[in-house]
Amino acid sequence: MKVVVCVKQIPDPADPGALDPETKTLRRDVKLILDESDSYGVEMALQLVDAAGEGTVHLISMVPNDEVSGLRTALAMGADSATLISDEALAGSDALGTARVLAAAATRAEPDLVLAATESSDGYTGVVPAQVAELMGLPSVTFAKEIAVEGGTATVRRQTEAGADLVECPLPAVVSVTAGVVEPRYPSFRGIMQAKNKPVDQLNVADLGIAAEQVGWAGAGQEITEISEAPERAAGEVVVDEGDAHERIVAFLDELKVI
Amino acid sequence: MALEKIWVFGEAGADGAATITLEMLAKAREVADTVEVFIGGDGAARAAELGDHGSAKVYATGDLAGRMQGTCVASAVASAIASGEVAAPDAFLFGTTYDGRDVAARLSVKLGAGVLSNVVDLRLDGDRLVGVEPVFGGTLNVSSRFADGGPDIWLVRPKSFEPSPVGGPPAEVVDLPVPELGAAGGAVIRDRFTEESAGPKLDEAAIVVSGGRGLGSADAYSMIEGLAKQLGAAPGASRAIVDAGWVPYSYQVGQTGKVVKPTVYIACGISGATQHLVGMKGSKNIIAINKDSEAPIFAVADLGIVGDVHKVLPKLTEALEAR
Repeated sequence: MKVVVCVKQIPDPADPGALDPETKTLRRDVKLILDESDSYGVEMALQLVDAAGEGTVHLISMVPNDEVSGLRTALAMGADSATLISDEALAGSDALGTARVLAAAATRAEPDLVLAATESSDGYTGVVPAQVAELMGLPSVTFAKEIAVEGGTATVRRQTEAGADLVECPLPAVVSVTAGVVEPRYPSFRGIMQAKNKPVDQLNVADLGIAAEQVGWAGAGQEITEISEAPERAAGEVVVDEGDAHERIVAFLDELKVI
Repeated sequence: MALEKIWVFGEAGADGAATITLEMLAKAREVADTVEVFIGGDGAARAAELGDHGSAKVYATGDLAGRMQGTCVASAVASAIASGEVAAPDAFLFGTTYDGRDVAARLSVKLGAGVLSNVVDLRLDGDRLVGVEPVFGGTLNVSSRFADGGPDIWLVRPKSFEPSPVGGPPAEVVDLPVPELGAAGGAVIRDRFTEESAGPKLDEAAIVVSGGRGLGSADAYSMIEGLAKQLGAAPGASRAIVDAGWVPYSYQVGQTGKVVKPTVYIACGISGATQHLVGMKGSKNIIAINKDSEAPIFAVADLGIVGDVHKVLPKLTEALEAR
């Protein structure tokens, strides 16, 4: 079984950088790391291959520069190989431009299953996985809580507003994985050493047969008209608990007439 | 100058239309002359309520027989437009929901149109829509619009607008046939499960009690549930403890997760990462309990308690029980 996992390398959320005043987009000149959301997809892929008793996990990621540190983290977890689509033309890509690149790269890998996070931690549009599926002409199940694969069919427990749906989906398919449903393994020292020698195939947009104007700024078809400061919320009263702070909370709830 | 026509993706709630659908209808009426709803499912059952909220028509696929909303509805809309059965609207509005994102994503590919997401406000600028998206934990608002040649596809965050019924006549039900889907239509729902939650829904509750990493362990989340039960509140969670697997994703309040705007939000052991603040700082009143007096959550709290949740919460629940 060949599982492709789409992963994103993002600025460390603890130090997210700032909007570039010129281009009005997130500056990406900071160090990039593996989006934590993607560690669940990588872990899920590793577990599915383990359960199947055979198979490989291949990563796909795109960046406007040649950053690979996030990919190395996922390779150290146990993924076998990676494709990095690295091209300056990718800067400013919207969700659809991103999906075009990921779908083209995933198609080349001829996967049985494509996994992704439900949404990235920085862009959080939550539409890329289903766009990838549509571009590949595949079925998709988004917001998966559990996945089992048997006999060319994925059985997926999908999060819904009411609870969950049990969805059966023939492979190949695209499935997006919600955070927290598996416990991502920490890379072992051995894994980290091995990751340095795992193959990372580097491609540009033209290699995928995609025109530069379909991605990046040119392909995005949208523009930022204004950036403004949001009104700040004023901080209120702060009480240090001396054993009776709960009384202050009760009084506050009383004032609000909610109890 | 208002837009000519907006299509709103309609979803079903527990009883009747989902609140997000009605919220979007209210905003759509402000900015467009004609507002219509399209749904994956039975239209007749929804016609009265949607008409009451100002939808002139409801385009409905009929029963999907377990097939997914994303593929079915996107294909049906795209083929109705391609065949000339209906004229493409100026804009599509979708809620940021599980199915809303699926349909918007597949439709964007079919129409070759971009998606602007996480929008919390929409306004007219001349004859174009401009959407507002909060970034960096809601400290900045970014306004964006589509280049010419639409239609626009917007993903709207729940709780951005107030539903406002106008007492319109029942919407006219129009058939929206689902074409042959091919391989993309292969996924089928075999069973549906409803998570029994005793209290109110997270995004509709008047009070929300959320727990974070400061609880220390998954077991300690029972303190959150205990307090929530006592207050008739919905229990929520920060991303950290969802990622840790302590509670399901459906509990998550934040940028990824649900946006809540309750009368009272009680954050317990939550430091207040920007990721979390986006989802709750629209609450009318915020109470925060955290050991670290420097925690960013205190910057938005009306009442901040610097203390240990393990000490404060049991006493608080007990005091409320005693009343």
